[in-house]
Amino acid sequence: MIRKSWWKLLSFVLLLYTCTYGFLVPVPSPAGVPLQETIRNLFFHFPMWIGMMVCYTVSIVYSVRFLRKPSLVNDIYAKEYAITGTVFGVLGLITGMIWANYQWGKAWSGDPKQNGAAIAILIYFAYFVLRGSLQDESKKARIGAVYNVFAYFMLFPCIWILPRLTESLHPGGRGTEGNPGLNPKDTTNAMRSVMYPAALGWTLLCVWIATLRIRVQLLQEKKLTHE
Amino acid sequence: MNNLKKIAGLMLAVLLCFTAQAQPASSEPVDFMHSNGRIYVVMAVVLAILIGLFIYVYSLDRKISKLEKS
Repeated sequence: MIRKSWWKLLSFVLLLYTCTYGFLVPVPSPAGVPLQETIRNLFFHFPMWIGMMVCYTVSIVYSVRFLRKPSLVNDIYAKEYAITGTVFGVLGLITGMIWANYQWGKAWSGDPKQNGAAIAILIYFAYFVLRGSLQDESKKARIGAVYNVFAYFMLFPCIWILPRLTESLHPGGRGTEGNPGLNPKDTTNAMRSVMYPAALGWTLLCVWIATLRIRVQLLQEKKLTHE
Repeated sequence: MNNLKKIAGLMLAVLLCFTAQAQPASSEPVDFMHSNGRIYVVMAVVLAILIGLFIYVYSLDRKISKLEKS
């Protein structure tokens, strides 16, 4: 009925846990950190980025596989994982902007991490533009795969390296914690017991959606070859 | 498919029961849904979205599985 379903069920259970215990878990309120209850966004905003990075990683693996052994299936996997990753990246940006609006006063304050994430997603948008602009299927797949490798290696400087070189509104940053994403002082073990299941649950949902897209594409290809 | 309808009906019933409780009252009742600044109302909304999302993805998965078999 529903194919290889245990991890889909796991995703559902983990996200149910996240969306209930995520609201119940006691949160710390350390002095000088005016996060209050918004720290609970950690269970929803941060997993979007994890999901995005997992999708982009799977995407580049299939692009490299395509370059080693050109096959339509590899290309479909690379493209659909990149699309799903971009959807989650955009969700990450939007949730971050909502949070920033109430935490930093402005939805977009030119924070290095915000800018970096936006640039990274624009680079992936260019991947879809590039694919859409080519008519020939094999050329589309080959050039797309080469570009996807480039995009992946731009993603990591944009969201991991460059934001660490300057001060960031995100917790951490240069000179304070060195980890511009999570501040160990803001979280507790109880919060981590929600954060990691949340990241896993959202990532599994992300992969589920990507596999659905891939299966539809494969069905369409099968239909085209039959005709 | 029938099963899905049953689940959807159940969800609707659960939601209706929340809306019935959320009516503004002259004196704020002190129950679970009204405690802690009514944060559990947000929780109910998030859960409704999450369950709806999963029902949707699940039904897509079933439809694609059927197409793959035919």
